[in-house]
Amino acid sequence: MTQVATRSAAAPAVAGPAPRFKRGREAAVGWLFVAPFVVLLVAFLLLPMAYALKLSLYRSTLIEGEHFAFFENYTQAFNDPLVREGVVRVILFGLVQTPVMIGVALLAALLIDHATSRFSRFFRLAAFVPYAVPVVIGTLMWGFLYSKDTGPLSAVLHVDFLSSNVVLASLGNVVTWQWAGYNMIVLYAALQGLPREVYESARIDGAGPAQIAWRIKTPMISSAIVLATLFTILGTLQFFTEPLILQPLNPGSITAHYTPNVYAFNQAFSFQQYNYSAAISFLLGAVVFVGSYVFLFATRKRSAL
Amino acid sequence: MNSKSERAGIVPHLVMGVMALYFLLPFWWLLVAATKDNDGLFLSAPLWFSDFHLIDNLKTVFSQENGIYLVWLRNSALYAVVSGVGATVVSALAGYAFAKLRFPGRTKLFALLLGLIMVPATALVLPTYLLMSKAGLVDSIWAVILPSLLNPFGVYLLRVYTHESLPDEMLEAARIDGAGELRVFTSVALPAMRPALVTVLLFSMVASWNNFFLPLVMLSDDHLFPLTVGLRTWYMSATLGNGGEALFNVIVTGALVAILPLIVAFLLLQRYWRGGLTIGAVK
Repeated sequence: MTQVATRSAAAPAVAGPAPRFKRGREAAVGWLFVAPFVVLLVAFLLLPMAYALKLSLYRSTLIEGEHFAFFENYTQAFNDPLVREGVVRVILFGLVQTPVMIGVALLAALLIDHATSRFSRFFRLAAFVPYAVPVVIGTLMWGFLYSKDTGPLSAVLHVDFLSSNVVLASLGNVVTWQWAGYNMIVLYAALQGLPREVYESARIDGAGPAQIAWRIKTPMISSAIVLATLFTILGTLQFFTEPLILQPLNPGSITAHYTPNVYAFNQAFSFQQYNYSAAISFLLGAVVFVGSYVFLFATRKRSAL
Repeated sequence: MNSKSERAGIVPHLVMGVMALYFLLPFWWLLVAATKDNDGLFLSAPLWFSDFHLIDNLKTVFSQENGIYLVWLRNSALYAVVSGVGATVVSALAGYAFAKLRFPGRTKLFALLLGLIMVPATALVLPTYLLMSKAGLVDSIWAVILPSLLNPFGVYLLRVYTHESLPDEMLEAARIDGAGELRVFTSVALPAMRPALVTVLLFSMVASWNNFFLPLVMLSDDHLFPLTVGLRTWYMSATLGNGGEALFNVIVTGALVAILPLIVAFLLLQRYWRGGLTIGAVK
């Protein structure tokens, strides 16, 4: 330990006159270290992105073969009522799902921040465990719970969870169950980082725990809430696994174009419409990508005010 | 005073109790359902035990279709370990280089990484599949493992952590002692990065264990399926009744067996889970 300290004192003297040779060597070493990552980045991110863009600009027909089609696929996508239906659905889903889940997560985080009992530690675990379950299996479990034949819920609540009017809410519940605990931990971590003195003085001023939670703690972790909201929106726009798993339970209400991702998947793998599918995926990816940066930028600006 | 503070604690505890019931209900149902045969699953009360068939169910899970469940289990473990370790190694090398080595293009490359962190993975699955099929890699373990090695967020996390927790002087001292760059990395940097490495490893392994979209698209040989894709095929054939052998009690028991290792790992490694989320949340 002492050796490290003495050496480090000597280090600047050596680093100062270090000749060009050393810098060149460090550059080579640096590139060698990032090389595997760069190769993967190119092969599995940049190349697929470029390829999806290229595919989306081509069309393939029996007569003409593959040919350049400019934005034909995109015009088709914009005018495709099935795409529109899916887009409207995920936006609606995001508008309802996001506040509900973030609300549950925030409530849970405030509760475990407030109550430090053995039960609150148990609760923290219980809320977080669903996150460790694969989405496929979490959805399967809820599928069984929703079913009239195997689950208790529809007998108690007299609701057909898989009917076309209710199924979106049922899917939202699966997402809430799976991700609320994860967001709770993120928000809880932010709460733990707050200075305790602030609400000590609020308490002296006569504020109750609920007031402190809502009027002091919540605004102070707003940037963490914003981030959690962003990731939830990103997730809901890409909604795929849950509807795909529950589809066989009621193909009438969960259609083959239920969400843009489900539609793109079916276009590619049921109908071999790779070009059209690429256009839909690329559009969706671009919306998610641009949207997330606009969102981050807008909220950053506001929090700076 | 004492009674007042106790009363203040009752409402929060009641709310937590109700929420805990909600989060644990599916697990309780799964545990109970795994002990029932197929008739029991449909005819008995869903949330309480009836005749005990857990052992029979387990036997069926592992013997169904010549024991393909075990193959799936092994595949899931293989994909999780190889992808997890591989992604962590790649991210550690890159994260360390971004934090501690000066090389031309470093700032631009890192900005590119930050810009690409938000590219949604699901949008890349289809073009990746088509490229992989051109390369003749589709329907092999590499089709699942290779794309999973890329973890931009892991690189970002390790860069931030290394930047803050590893003093330059320590690296400089090792270099003066005559250690080569690789040696400096393995014997000075890696030990200092350890907590963040464990977090990245854990998260990439779980992401791989839970992965569904990528293997669903890449694989058609059912002997290469991971558990998630395999269980879905059983579920599909049971629900649609198209001649598959799998019955619902087998699927339920299979689901229970599939989540047990995760829950055990989750309980044992809590510290690292939360550590990782905290690092991600603060930065």
